[in-house]
Amino acid sequence: MADAGGIGRTPLLEVRGLKMHFPITSGLLRRQIGAVKAVDDVSFDVFPRETLGMVGESGCGKSTCGRAVLRLYDITAGTIRLDGVEIGQIPQPRLRKLRPKMQMVFQDPQASLNPRMTVAGIIGEPLDEHAGWGRRQKLDRIYELMDAVGLNRNFVNRYPHEFSGGQRQRIGIARALALNPAFIVCDEPIAALDVSIQAQVVNLLEELQQRFGLTYLFISHDLSMVRHIATRVAVMYLGKIVEIAPRERLYADPKHPYTQALLSAVPEPDPAAERRVERIILKGDVPSPANPPKGCNFCTRCPQVMEICREIDPPTQEVAPGQFVACHLYGEPRRTTAEATAA
Amino acid sequence: MTHGAEPVLDVRDLKTVFRTRGGEIHAVNSVSFQLRPGELLGVVGESGSGKSVTMMSLIGLLPSPPAERRGGTVMFGGRDLMKASDRELRRVRGREIGFIFQDPMTSLNPVFTVGFQIMEPLRKHMGMTLAQARSRAAELLDLVGIPDARRRLKDFPHQFSGGMRQRVMIAMALACDPKVLIADEPTTALDVTIQAQILELVKELRQKLGMAIVWITHDLGVIAGIADRVMVMYGGQVVEHAPVRELFANPRHPYTRALLSTVPSVRGERAPKLTVIEGQPPLLSRPPTACPFRARCRHAHGRCERENPARRPVGAAGHDVACHWDPPEAAPAEAAHG
Repeated sequence: MADAGGIGRTPLLEVRGLKMHFPITSGLLRRQIGAVKAVDDVSFDVFPRETLGMVGESGCGKSTCGRAVLRLYDITAGTIRLDGVEIGQIPQPRLRKLRPKMQMVFQDPQASLNPRMTVAGIIGEPLDEHAGWGRRQKLDRIYELMDAVGLNRNFVNRYPHEFSGGQRQRIGIARALALNPAFIVCDEPIAALDVSIQAQVVNLLEELQQRFGLTYLFISHDLSMVRHIATRVAVMYLGKIVEIAPRERLYADPKHPYTQALLSAVPEPDPAAERRVERIILKGDVPSPANPPKGCNFCTRCPQVMEICREIDPPTQEVAPGQFVACHLYGEPRRTTAEATAA
Repeated sequence: MTHGAEPVLDVRDLKTVFRTRGGEIHAVNSVSFQLRPGELLGVVGESGSGKSVTMMSLIGLLPSPPAERRGGTVMFGGRDLMKASDRELRRVRGREIGFIFQDPMTSLNPVFTVGFQIMEPLRKHMGMTLAQARSRAAELLDLVGIPDARRRLKDFPHQFSGGMRQRVMIAMALACDPKVLIADEPTTALDVTIQAQILELVKELRQKLGMAIVWITHDLGVIAGIADRVMVMYGGQVVEHAPVRELFANPRHPYTRALLSTVPSVRGERAPKLTVIEGQPPLLSRPPTACPFRARCRHAHGRCERENPARRPVGAAGHDVACHWDPPEAAPAEAAHG
């Protein structure tokens, strides 16, 4: 999917044909009998200073995709270029030098902060690892970061359990910012927080983006929050991106039947409007990524399924400026960007 | 909704505290509500607002210690559940009041078949024979839309998907034809498309079976779609209560108003900036003598510090709010969606 979301701009992150398959082994010799195709041939770009939202239901591979992009896994296939440097296949020791540029904010601030380290220890750890600064300089930077994310400086020697969920997430964000990264993967950063706290964290992320010129890959299952924060949105289903489009287009005019169903399923916080929502109720469950159906991955649940969908995996095509859809319902076959999806 | 009908459940001034090493936590502070036959009461609040604890407490599901009920009455079927013995409560639970919990994986027993677990209440509470219970269990699974019900009785919970497991939970809760169903965040652990399936199912079952439902959630969207009346909880108290359309059209409590404007929507206009409720929820370590929301409230004044507001009727019928402040009569500007 060579998506031209920002024509004429150079993407900060370029992902082509990314595959992340986890082996299923069995028996005494751990012979491989299959693979969970968590991410299966995914291509997208993220442009400088934008937020690409990545949405989908649990098990669709969105988190795996985010982690694979940061090379937290050794990927099965594909290329990942960050700021012009190919990082898809380089070995982990060399990758370490590039880590300051790309960081991650995790879902569960409870689990991703070491309970035996103080705030200073947690935020300062990346500086110890990569910057090698003296004590004074490090502490100054820690204070600076705490100010930036709205944490009280007096709490610098406290432990994670002394903070609330929202504040813990702020610690996680400060840690991600420590090394002045260009690109941050936010993996469900607000999923574990209460509604009123979610808004605080989302606003903080937006403010930091403005201030430090950050680029986000924002992974979430919350379609309304993604609509708020993202500039472009990619929708994943069973390891593949089924649609990718600028925010306004995706929410106003979703093309893929899955995107349509997904958006229609979101309850509307207004009883009058809620009764007018036309809901597309999908039948059944998501198939196993170890054994995806033949043809289009969505063919088992698609309300508009056709004969061809059960045979041929649909190529990705541009149906409107910047809006790419992988579905047989759209376009003549000759307009497809077959070369990008042939892999 | 049946106005004026005798309530099936009538809770007054329920108080529950937890005694912990760090002192007492006042989790439920004088909560009162009524549930009328056949209606769906939505209970909204954030974690720690006391919404689940209230419901667990009123049917005696909280272990004591640390929980301690400090007063109130819970009238159900002509008797006060607060005074009922453990044996009596056990009979009420499952048979007359059904429960659906949030996480279907942890509330089903992984080592028994689904059929066994649905049949257990039927045999215990209804005195059915094995054969009767089995056919009723199959009927129930069929009712909640599980295909090939009779065969699936032999399956274990792990053989079902998340949405299917929640359907099993619903079937179990419905097993003894309860008068009241308490559903505690039943769709929170599910994906949106599966949530939509379950919400459809509940709407359908309500029409078929007509029981009264208490639906606990933090998702205002879900509430807007299914509730008849809504109760908003904050800091262990009911801060606002109204028919669903009234609540969304004329929210009175600053917390409700703020909550409605913090939630973005996937439809209509997109708000450029999210409204934020600054600060943190209260700790509830002392008995409430002031408004629990005062520290985060933009309309707080001296009186809010001195006196915990009591619920008072406002505006339309059935609308009450626990707040000293009155919104200006003009358009409820900050409550506008999006």
